[in-house]
Amino acid sequence: MSEMTVDSSKRRFLVAMSSTLGGVAAVGAALPFVFSMNPSARALAAGAPVEVDLSKIEPGMKVDVEWRGKPVWVVHRTPEMLELLGKHDDKLTDPNSDNTNQQPPYCKNPTRAIKPEYFIVVGICTHLGCSPTYRKEVGPADLGADWPGGWFCPCHGSRFDMAARVFKGSPAPTNLVVPPHKYLSESKVLIGEDQGASA
Amino acid sequence: MEKLLNWVDARFPLTATWKAHLSEYYAPKNFNFWYYFGSLAILVLVIQIVTGIFLTMNYKPDASQAFASVEYIMRDVPYGWLIRYAHSTGASAFFIVVYLHMFRAMLYGSHRKPRELIWIFGVLIYLVLMAEAFMGYLLPWGQMSYWGAQVIVNLFAAVPFIGEDLSIWIRGDYVVSDATLNRFFAFHVIALPLVLLGLIAAHIVALHEVGSNNPDGVEIKKKKDEQGRPLDGIPFHPYYTVKDILGVVVFLIVFSAIVFFAPEMNGYFLEANNFIPADPLKTPEHIAPVWYFTPYYAILRAIPPMFGSQFPGVLAMGVAVLIFFLLPWLDRSPVKSIRYRGPYFKIALTLFVIAFIGLGWLGILPATELYTWIARVLTVVYFAFFLLMPWYTKHDAHKQEPERVTAK
Repeated sequence: MSEMTVDSSKRRFLVAMSSTLGGVAAVGAALPFVFSMNPSARALAAGAPVEVDLSKIEPGMKVDVEWRGKPVWVVHRTPEMLELLGKHDDKLTDPNSDNTNQQPPYCKNPTRAIKPEYFIVVGICTHLGCSPTYRKEVGPADLGADWPGGWFCPCHGSRFDMAARVFKGSPAPTNLVVPPHKYLSESKVLIGEDQGASA
Repeated sequence: MEKLLNWVDARFPLTATWKAHLSEYYAPKNFNFWYYFGSLAILVLVIQIVTGIFLTMNYKPDASQAFASVEYIMRDVPYGWLIRYAHSTGASAFFIVVYLHMFRAMLYGSHRKPRELIWIFGVLIYLVLMAEAFMGYLLPWGQMSYWGAQVIVNLFAAVPFIGEDLSIWIRGDYVVSDATLNRFFAFHVIALPLVLLGLIAAHIVALHEVGSNNPDGVEIKKKKDEQGRPLDGIPFHPYYTVKDILGVVVFLIVFSAIVFFAPEMNGYFLEANNFIPADPLKTPEHIAPVWYFTPYYAILRAIPPMFGSQFPGVLAMGVAVLIFFLLPWLDRSPVKSIRYRGPYFKIALTLFVIAFIGLGWLGILPATELYTWIARVLTVVYFAFFLLMPWYTKHDAHKQEPERVTAK
């Protein structure tokens, strides 16, 4: 019989290997639980595109529709509203919509819309997700005489113009998001699908 | 009876545990008013667990039924109103007691060597408590529940690169929805309470290993009698169990007064907007978190967006909470207790308390330009208290600590 000695380096190696493999297995077993917290198939399906009939919106009025559970505003802008849009570019954080994350490329224009009179935007403040209030009147007492009409976020005081571009000095860092949308006909718009994408 | 006890002791350390943690756990004899809040925190925990279990029997964690089920508890379930108001008041009571308990540690240096781990477990308990309170507040599915959760979950969306996916993962949907309510319910009623119980056990085990600090900040274990008992120690039971029972009685008088006469506490414990069902398409005019989160909320709002991102504000808010972990190592004073410290620390602690309460007050108010500037000043004071601590505690004057505790 040979001497019974403990090969401690072999023991350390085996302990290290089995601990590592055990750790990998534990992480692997945890993954299904982590993934189970992602949106379910039902939640994903509820994110399907929404159709809106523009002919029923009076000039100056705003309609709220729900897309992916978020409020989306569809506004019929009057010529006066559109005329005021270009007059305060120096007060805006991003007047030319240079931040490409905030609108699809076909809406990177002065009115941030495909058709200037119909403005479509996600009604969630880019600050912390509140829904700003529609304040279309020009120069009301509480917002100041130079207020050109737009949205005011009651939570933290962010201000947006009639193209949902954020005014400098607001807590919101960027303009509101214009969702992907496309016109199905003269007066029908589909929110949630890009222009040119296959229907 | 004796034989039964012997039978148990041979199989389970019943008598030994009783002695180690109660009848022969020696606590300093000079505890004062500030030493009530640890045991009161345990009392509030018990109130929350018991009322929580009974609320679960009638609550429905479903976006279409949650609001109605809470009103059902309030109106139709026998004594449901009492159980619900005890639970909602308990949430605020928990934070009052914990804030006072933390302040006590800062007064007497209870976080200092050798009690750093007790402090770390304590800050972890505080973090879990915040998560627990936040998730619990979504459950009634009122307007403030909904939009408060929307704002807080969106904080995670501000994290660069992974933020958007992270916030969708937390919500399980593109907005706060039924999926979010369901998972918050699971975290609130089982996951976080289990973590909380584990941390509290670790907090107490660590405390009983090193022994309690006291208002003089001197170690009673340095002076022992022939039997090895600290000269300035008295057994926790019966001396401090009796003292704590007095605290419990006074606490329960105040607690009951609030539950019965002012459960909403004028909108501070339960906000008016939360009596309106959640509406994902309409934000309330003014969103404010419940009072115990407002100091951090004011810090969040005080930091302006930088580089087209509001992440700096979110980061400042997170750091404002996490910086408590470093406290034992930031303090360089040779003495622990405020009784023997010099003017620098006394002034710094006073300014910190003013900043914390001031930020808490501003966090409730709407953000105007003036208030935002005051919040910025107080945010600087808040962080200066921690970041300058190594300097001002080192150069501060101090008095000689006594050899043994003093009794006043």
